[in-house]
Amino acid sequence: MTERILEVEGLSVDIPVPAGMLHPVQDLSFHVDRGETLAIVGESGCGKSLTSLALMDLLPSRATRRASKLALDGQDLTGLSERQMSDLRGNRMSMIFQEPMTSLNPAYTIGDQLIEALRRHRGVTVGEARDRAVWLLEKVGITAARERLRQYPHQLSGGLRQRVMIAMALMCGPDLIIADEPTTALDVTIQAQILHLLADLQREFRTGLILITHDLGVVARVADRVAVMYAGQFVEEGTALQIFQAPTHPYTQGLLNCIPVPGKTARGAHLGTIPGIVPSLVGRMPGCHFAERCRYVTDACRADAIALRDATEPGHRYRCVLSPEETAAHNQMETAQ
Amino acid sequence: MLPYVLKRFAVAILVAITVSMITFSMIYLSGDPALALAGETATEADIENIRRVYGYDRPIVVQYLDWLYRAVQGDFGQSHYLKKPVSEVIFERLPTTMLLGFCALVFALTLSIPLGVLAAIRPNSMIDRVALTIAVVGQAMPSFWFALIMMLWLGIYWRLLPVTGTDSWANFVMPSIALGYYITPAVMRLTRAGMLEVLSTDYIRTARAKGLRPMTVLFKHALRNAIIPVVSLAAVQFGFMLGGSIVIETIFAINGLGFLAWESIQRADLPMMQAIVLVLSIFYIVLTFLADMLNAWLDPRIRVG
Repeated sequence: MTERILEVEGLSVDIPVPAGMLHPVQDLSFHVDRGETLAIVGESGCGKSLTSLALMDLLPSRATRRASKLALDGQDLTGLSERQMSDLRGNRMSMIFQEPMTSLNPAYTIGDQLIEALRRHRGVTVGEARDRAVWLLEKVGITAARERLRQYPHQLSGGLRQRVMIAMALMCGPDLIIADEPTTALDVTIQAQILHLLADLQREFRTGLILITHDLGVVARVADRVAVMYAGQFVEEGTALQIFQAPTHPYTQGLLNCIPVPGKTARGAHLGTIPGIVPSLVGRMPGCHFAERCRYVTDACRADAIALRDATEPGHRYRCVLSPEETAAHNQMETAQ
Repeated sequence: MLPYVLKRFAVAILVAITVSMITFSMIYLSGDPALALAGETATEADIENIRRVYGYDRPIVVQYLDWLYRAVQGDFGQSHYLKKPVSEVIFERLPTTMLLGFCALVFALTLSIPLGVLAAIRPNSMIDRVALTIAVVGQAMPSFWFALIMMLWLGIYWRLLPVTGTDSWANFVMPSIALGYYITPAVMRLTRAGMLEVLSTDYIRTARAKGLRPMTVLFKHALRNAIIPVVSLAAVQFGFMLGGSIVIETIFAINGLGFLAWESIQRADLPMMQAIVLVLSIFYIVLTFLADMLNAWLDPRIRVG
């Protein structure tokens, strides 16, 4: 029996800007089960980072969050005060950020920063908190962990700092971890290590994981389910297998065509690109958000808002006027080229 | 930590030596010191005599080393006017000036740092505007004028505080405010700017994502980082304050080092002026050194290589 850790329905974020109202996150609905990894994929500026901040209620003060349902392990989060929310943050739900170089406070030791959340939420002694910190540092593959507690962030490399951030997120044994581009700022060689580490720990602790990334290679390796985000909306969602084997939305197809496949993509062959840029999200946009960049665009695309519809397999949904058969045909033509 | 301390200490010593050279050469700035001492009606023989007695006939390097050798032992020679040892007079007056400087600094920091923090938490709010007004007024208003206005209202019209003298703690209230207000604007603006910058950093977001209480985020995580440049600035401003104390002590007739400096300038008492400049400079150098040490304690990137 799967246990629903996070349930989100109709999540939206609005930010007033000089030009009008910005809608970076529009009516998202998704869920995460215990021990499951949901990847939210999209290019820069599609609203994926704001989605994660909205879940943690850490949005900038100008931004407003709306949701018809937002529940962590059955507990409703929408009506919580800032104080009640801070009791959950770092405790039941924690976050790993993109920038390990700047996400740790330069003035305090690693140990100090590791034990803080546990001391705040569980009221354990410094000694007990240190023991857990050492145990977790060893879990994330840091040697001489007890000595490391006395070190300052500037004495550690980026990879080590991100391991510390992961250990920090696990300190209170959270139900849900949100990792916002956790490997983007790291060396390519380190990226894979950190990713495997995250996946292993998530399996071991049976935590729900939301992995936010623009890197489909990352997604393929660790995600159970994938939501593809474009201009504030999910344009396609399904299991990782469904997304990679039968991409149905033209945007997802475009994204997958951007990745070279070893052994399949011929040397010197053209890698796919998606022409154009992400549209402005100021004001309401009628019709499909991807219409301006889509090569199969018709008049029907621009008329009305397009709802998510079921693809051929259950659980696989996409937001397009074309039928699954039509887009599949397009996709085959693309890949053949 | 130790290499850093030693390096800072060596720099402090070098600065002190440079300052002592400049201070020593001060006596030659206004011409032949023997001539100045002898007075207008002196004969050539009198001047020659004075030159020999005071040792002005020796090579200048010898004179400097001799002066320095005595100075480090606390012997600054005789005051030309008071006919007493200079060091005796200085050590009599020094505690008053130190007390005034300390009170002024405490006033300045307790006003400017909380105001700067509050202004940064709520930028463009009412409190930010009040803080800005205080800063602009403080920057624009000469401290001697502010001192006189305070004397007029608090001392004479309302009779709340004594106007001059050093009889009780009440005498120090107005001078401390006048002197401290001088350094408040810069410290406050830097605190505000530092806090604003730090509050938008990633590590503050991390601290909030841990669910830490707002006060912990603000004081433990933000202020400690924002205060680092403020410490350096406060030390520099304190140096200006020592200079400002000459004006303030004179206005309030406080028998401190600043007032003594003013008196000595009027009396052309060179050894006294020399000693005062040197003592104030050393004061300043020690403070800068202490500020460096405080910063090293606050910022491990300085402390741990």
